[in-house]
Amino acid sequence: MSAAVSAFNELRLDGVGRRFGGVDALTDLDLTIRAGEFIALLGPSGCGKSTALNCIAGLLPLTAGSIWQDEKRIDTVAPEKRGFGMVFQNYALFPHMSVRRNIAFGLQMQRLSRPEVSRRTDEAIRLVQLEEHVGKLPGQLSGGQQQRVAIARAVVLEPALVLMDEPLSNLDAKLRLEMRTEIRRLHQSLGLTTVYVTHDQEEALSLADRLVVLRSGRVQQIGTPEELHARPENWHVADFMGYRNLLTLTATEVSGGRVAVEGAGMQLVGTACGDGVREGQVIVALRPDDVEIVDATPSGNAIRARVELVEYQGKERAVEARTGAGQVIHVRTPRRVAPGDDVTLTIDPSRVLVYPSTDDVGELAVPTLDRVAS
Amino acid sequence: MTSGGVATGRLAVRHRLAERGIDRQLWLLLPALAFIGVLFLYPFLYGLGLSFQPAEGGFLASYQAFFTDPYQVGTVWNTLRLALPAALINVLAAVPIAHRMRGRFRGKRVLTTLLVVPITLGTVLTAQGLLNYLGPTGWFNRILLSTGLVDDPVRLTNNYWGVLFSLVITGFPFAFLLILAYLSGIDPTLERAAATLGADWRQRFRRITLPLLAPGLATTFCLTFVLAFSVFPSAILVGNPAGETRVISIAAYQAAYERFDFSLASAIAMVMAAVELGVIALVLLWRSTLYKGSTGGKG
Amino acid sequence: MSGLLETPTRPVPPSERHAQGAPRHRLVASPAAWLVWGAVVFFFVNLAGIVGSVLVSSFGTRWFGTWLPEGFTTDWYGSAWEDFNLLQVVLVTLQVSLLVVLLSVLIGAPAAYVLARRAFPGKRLLMLLFLLPVLMPPITYGIPLATVLYKYGLAGSVSGVVIANLVPSVPFVILTMTPFIEQINPTIESAARMCGASTRALFSRILAPLLVPGILAAAIIVLVRTVGMFELTFLTAGPTSQTLVVKLFTAMSAAGIRAQQGVDAMAVIYTTTMLVLLVVALRYVNPTQLVARVREAPED
Repeated sequence: MSAAVSAFNELRLDGVGRRFGGVDALTDLDLTIRAGEFIALLGPSGCGKSTALNCIAGLLPLTAGSIWQDEKRIDTVAPEKRGFGMVFQNYALFPHMSVRRNIAFGLQMQRLSRPEVSRRTDEAIRLVQLEEHVGKLPGQLSGGQQQRVAIARAVVLEPALVLMDEPLSNLDAKLRLEMRTEIRRLHQSLGLTTVYVTHDQEEALSLADRLVVLRSGRVQQIGTPEELHARPENWHVADFMGYRNLLTLTATEVSGGRVAVEGAGMQLVGTACGDGVREGQVIVALRPDDVEIVDATPSGNAIRARVELVEYQGKERAVEARTGAGQVIHVRTPRRVAPGDDVTLTIDPSRVLVYPSTDDVGELAVPTLDRVAS
Repeated sequence: MTSGGVATGRLAVRHRLAERGIDRQLWLLLPALAFIGVLFLYPFLYGLGLSFQPAEGGFLASYQAFFTDPYQVGTVWNTLRLALPAALINVLAAVPIAHRMRGRFRGKRVLTTLLVVPITLGTVLTAQGLLNYLGPTGWFNRILLSTGLVDDPVRLTNNYWGVLFSLVITGFPFAFLLILAYLSGIDPTLERAAATLGADWRQRFRRITLPLLAPGLATTFCLTFVLAFSVFPSAILVGNPAGETRVISIAAYQAAYERFDFSLASAIAMVMAAVELGVIALVLLWRSTLYKGSTGGKG
Repeated sequence: MSGLLETPTRPVPPSERHAQGAPRHRLVASPAAWLVWGAVVFFFVNLAGIVGSVLVSSFGTRWFGTWLPEGFTTDWYGSAWEDFNLLQVVLVTLQVSLLVVLLSVLIGAPAAYVLARRAFPGKRLLMLLFLLPVLMPPITYGIPLATVLYKYGLAGSVSGVVIANLVPSVPFVILTMTPFIEQINPTIESAARMCGASTRALFSRILAPLLVPGILAAAIIVLVRTVGMFELTFLTAGPTSQTLVVKLFTAMSAAGIRAQQGVDAMAVIYTTTMLVLLVVALRYVNPTQLVARVREAPED
C-alpha cells in the first residue's frame, strides 16, 4: 500500500482565521506544508490547534484567509471532496459497523469495484495488525485497537494529507508510546504527509519534522524539534517546551548576546533571546535538566539553595530547591539528595535564556509562578 | 476587475456567514419551517384576522360579543375553575408519590407502565368509563351504598366533579412521570450529605430537594395545566355542557359549528390562547426566579 | 421557555443502588409510606373500575341496578361493528395515523438534526415556534386551521385530517428526536465526511442506522397520540374520514339512540387498539417519553 505520492507538492495556509461569534479561535495562520512532511501543531488546550486542523479538513468554514493546494484554492471545497484522511481523538468509529466495514467505508464512498475495495481493505487491516478482529464491532475493541481501526480507516484511502487530532490522548501511557512509534512508522513507510495536533510537547518533539506552537490562536514559533527545544522564541514557548523555571529578574547589563541579570538573591549571566531584551525587567527561562548540582563553587553562574522536595523519577530525581531569597528552582538531577540539604546549583550561560517581559502584543505579562505543569 | 471584486465580495460574505454559523446545512430546517408557517402560523394569523372581521359591527364586535355576554365570559371562569385545581392536584399528589418511588425497586417498570394506560386511553374512553363507574348505579356508588357510607347515590357525573375526575385521571400519570424524571435527576448524595449535617427528612426535603425540584414542578404544572385547559370531550360527556362545565372550548366550538360565526369562534380561540399563555407566562416568570443550574446528577 | 420540555438526564450513579435499600426497609414502618402506597392503590382500583365497567358492560346482556349484568354475550361487538361501520373507521384510523407518522418524521427529523447540532442566530425563537403547537390547546389553532382547510376544500377528507394532525406531531418528532441526535458524537459525522461521504450518504449510511431507536420512539409516540387525538380530527373530519376516537365520541353524545352496550363495545375495541399500541410502544420507548421530551437513565 502506498499513499498518493504526488497528490500535491505543497499545501499553503494563507492568513487562515476562524472566529466564533466575535471571539477569535485562530488568527492569521501562515504555514506551508510540503509533501511528505510530518507537522505537529502544539499548544495548550484552547490554543486553536484543533480549530486549525478542522479548518484544513474543511469541517470548519474559514472566517478569514485561504488554503491552497499547489495552485488550487481548496478552502471552499467540501471536506468530503478534499481527499484528506483524519484520525480523531475519540476515534469516531462508526459504532454500528464492523471493523472491516468501518475501514471499507471510505472506499465504498468512492464507488470502487468490490474486489478493489476488498483488496485494499485487507491490506489496511494487515497493516495495522487487526486480522483477528475484522468481524467485531468497535465497542468490543480495546482503546488501542480502536485507534488502529481509526488509523487504518484514514490511510486506506491513500489520502493526500492525514490529519490527526490528539489521537493518543485517550490511551494509557504504555500504549501511547507504542502507538507513537506505530504512527511514525506508518508515516514513513507509506510516504504520508501528516498534520498532527497534540498538547504533549514530548510527543510532538519525537514525532514531527516541524512543529507549530500556538497560543491564544496565534502562531508563536515554527521550527524543527531541535530549534524549539534549544531556543524557544519567547517565554510562552519556553514555558510550554518544559522550561519550568521562569524567573522574573532584572537585567543590569546587555552587551551583544550576553545579559547580566540579578534578583531573588541571584546573579546570573545569560543569553539574550530576540532583539527586545533591554535593561530592566526580564524573564529568565531555565530548563530543570540544564541546572546542575555541584560540589565545589563553580566559576560561572552559581545559585545557593536548600532542597525542599524530592520526587523519585527512575534514573533521575525532580528536586525543588529554594534560594535564600525565597525563589523556587526546579532541578532534575541523577544525584541523591534529601530535603534539607544545602546545595550549590550551576547553569551554563548559554542555557540561561533571557526574554523581554513584554508580550508580542506589547502588554506587560509576567508568568505566574505556580502553574500546573502541562 | 469587477468579477474579481464580486468574487472577493462573495467570499467576504461567506466568511461573515461562517462566523455566525450560517451555511447550507440550515436548509434542512426548511421543510419544518414551511410546515409550521403554512399549517400553524398562517391559520393562526388568519384566525386572528378573522376575529377582527365580524359579520356585523366594528372590528372589535366579536370580542365585544364575547365579553359582554356573561354566559360566554363565564366559560373562561369555568375552564380555569377546572384546569387550575386539576393541575394543582396532579402536581401536589405526584410529588410525595414520586419522591417515594424514585430510584429502583422491583415492579417499578410495571407500575410506570400501568400509569401510562390512562394517558393512552384518552379523554373519550375515560369519560365513558367514568359514566359507567361513577354513575348513580355504577360500582362506586354501589360500594358506598352497600357499605352504608351514604344513603343516596352520590352524584359524581354530568357535573363539575365528573370532569375534574377525568382531568385528574388523565393528568396525574403525566405529572407523576415528569416529576419522577426530575427527581431522579437530583443527586441522592445531596440529601445524604444534608443528613450527615443533621437535617431530618422534613428539613432535607424542604431545604434540599424542594428547591432543586421547584423549576421542574413549575414546568410540570404548566404542561398539566395545558392538558387540563384544553378540556373538551370530557366536559361534554361527563360534565354538564350547558351549565357549570361549559368550558371555553365548547363556546368556541358552538360558535363555529352551531352558529357558523367563524369570527366569534376565532375571537374565542384567541381569548383562550391568551388566557392559557398568560397563566403559563406567570408560572414561568416565577420559575425564572429559581435556581435552575445543575441538580448534581451527572450528564 | 425553550427549555420547558427538557428534563434532566443522567446515568444513574452506582451509589443510587445503595440508596434504595434504606427507603425499602423504612417502608414497613413509616405511616407516610403507607399513605402514599394507599393513594396509589386507590388510584389503580378506581382506574380498574373505570376500564372494567366498560369492559363488563360491553359483554353484558342487560345491566341495570345490579353488580353484574344478567348474562354475558359477545353480540354487541358484532352489532357495533355493523352499526358504526367500524371496518371503514378502523381503516381510516390506520391510514391517517400511518401517514401522519411518516410525514411528521420526514419533516421533523431534518429539523431536529439542525436544532440538535447547530447554533445559529434565531435558534431560540425557532425552538419556541416549534414548541407552541404542543403548548397551545388544539382547539385554539384547530378552529382557524379547520376554517382554512374548508376554504381550500381540504377539510372533511382524509388528507385534511392528516394535515391537521401533523401540526402537533411534527413538533413532537422534533422534541423527541433532538436528544437522540445529541447523543451521537458529532465527530462520527466528521469522520464520515473525511471518508468522502456526501450529505446523502452521511444520512443514509451513518445517521439513519444510528437513529433507528430515536425514529422508532418518535414514530410510536406520534402514532399513539394521533390515534388518541380527538379535537383536531373532530374539527376537520367529514363523515367518511372519522377516526375511531371521533366515531366513539359521536356515538356517545348521541347515546340513547343506540344501546349503551354497543358504544361500550366500540370503546373496548378502541381501548384494545390503544393498549396493543402501548405494549408495542413500551418495548421501544420509556413511559416518560410518551408525555414529554425526557431521557431517563436506562432501566437496567
